[in-house]
Amino acid sequence: MTPEEIREVIIVGSGPAGYTAAVYTARANLNPLVIAGSVTAGGELMNTTDVENFPGFPEGIMGPDLMDNMQKQAERFGAEILFDDVTEMNLEGEIKTLSLADGTIYRARAVIVSTGSAYRELGLQDEKRLSGHGVSWCATCDGFFFREQTIAVIGGGDSAMEEALFLTKFAAKVIVVHRRNELRASKIMADRALAHEKIEFIWDSEVIGINGADKVDGLVVKNRTSGEETTVNVTGIFVAIGNDPRVDLVKDQLELTAEGTIAVDGRTSKTSLPGVFAAGDVIDSTYRQAITAAASGCAAAQDVEHYLANVSETLATV
Amino acid sequence: MSNAKAVTEATFQADVLDADKPVIVDFWAEWCGPCRQLGPILDQIAEEHAAKVDVVKVNVDENQAIAAKYGITSIPAVYVFKGGEHVATSIGAKPKAVIEKDFAEYL
Repeated sequence: MTPEEIREVIIVGSGPAGYTAAVYTARANLNPLVIAGSVTAGGELMNTTDVENFPGFPEGIMGPDLMDNMQKQAERFGAEILFDDVTEMNLEGEIKTLSLADGTIYRARAVIVSTGSAYRELGLQDEKRLSGHGVSWCATCDGFFFREQTIAVIGGGDSAMEEALFLTKFAAKVIVVHRRNELRASKIMADRALAHEKIEFIWDSEVIGINGADKVDGLVVKNRTSGEETTVNVTGIFVAIGNDPRVDLVKDQLELTAEGTIAVDGRTSKTSLPGVFAAGDVIDSTYRQAITAAASGCAAAQDVEHYLANVSETLATV
Repeated sequence: MSNAKAVTEATFQADVLDADKPVIVDFWAEWCGPCRQLGPILDQIAEEHAAKVDVVKVNVDENQAIAAKYGITSIPAVYVFKGGEHVATSIGAKPKAVIEKDFAEYL
């Protein structure tokens, strides 16, 4: 172990929750270290375009720009940001230790886990094989390659509608395949997608197969009511069927909920271990918005502040 | 995107296919968020493995024929070329250790 100083607080993750926690803890003079991730820095908003529902931006703002701003705001108050990945966390005891991919070890009295969530996969055999060959998780990255083609978006939530609408800029036709007979997306997004001339819907259906020798040439869908199987000719498949909380590094140490998120005490960010706090999508399977994640990061920062104040008070009276 | 040398349709043959060393090619575009995150990682790989490989980048927006030729439909796409042949692929922004493992044979 490298003889690192013991820090007050380390924040793992750099989405809206992590950066908001960084702004607040930095302003509380807790000298936070943010371990932002080597390729996941900025979180989910880095793969989006227009964010139209974050208050304070009447014309909307690009997801990556919003995250750049949050990073700068945290840095302005002295937050230290490291673009590396945590590979191991030891969260028991008064001093927590975190190992990074490069072998460095950091220690802190408090940790905020704001690791967000990861894209859910369909779980089909051919999905991995054809990933990068027609199967994609990033419409903003890959829409360009499907000009004038017919492609599918799988899912019925806001992300799926956002991807479908974005992809109409390139594709000849976008077919949305959804398991239910109505969309889960917010009304404004659903209405936009339903009204769009380039978007078609296949309802009540799930994807049971992806066809293609070395690139995607079709999709097999099964109607959940009739059981009928149909092949749909598409050259691209964009998967947007939701996310799972990223809890790999903590699942053996912290209590989780039935939904797989980190369990926290009531409206606080307190996890099952003292000194360990959690914020953002990793504790939220319900709202999952940039603004709710940010709010949750703010709560975690204040919980950390109180926790550290109590710890040092206890030490002073011993 | 990385700070690597930019290769175009005009220079791809000389810089990639005819190169003496294996070449790691970063296919990227301005609009691609994960490409921006992968760039600094490829820069580190370029620096640390300079003796064994070259690292170059291809802007797919400006060089659509190359992207089409190699069937690229997802970026960032990182390809390894050796002796003019495409020999290994890594799709998406991945941590340095993962890319080094994917391409271990050439590093």
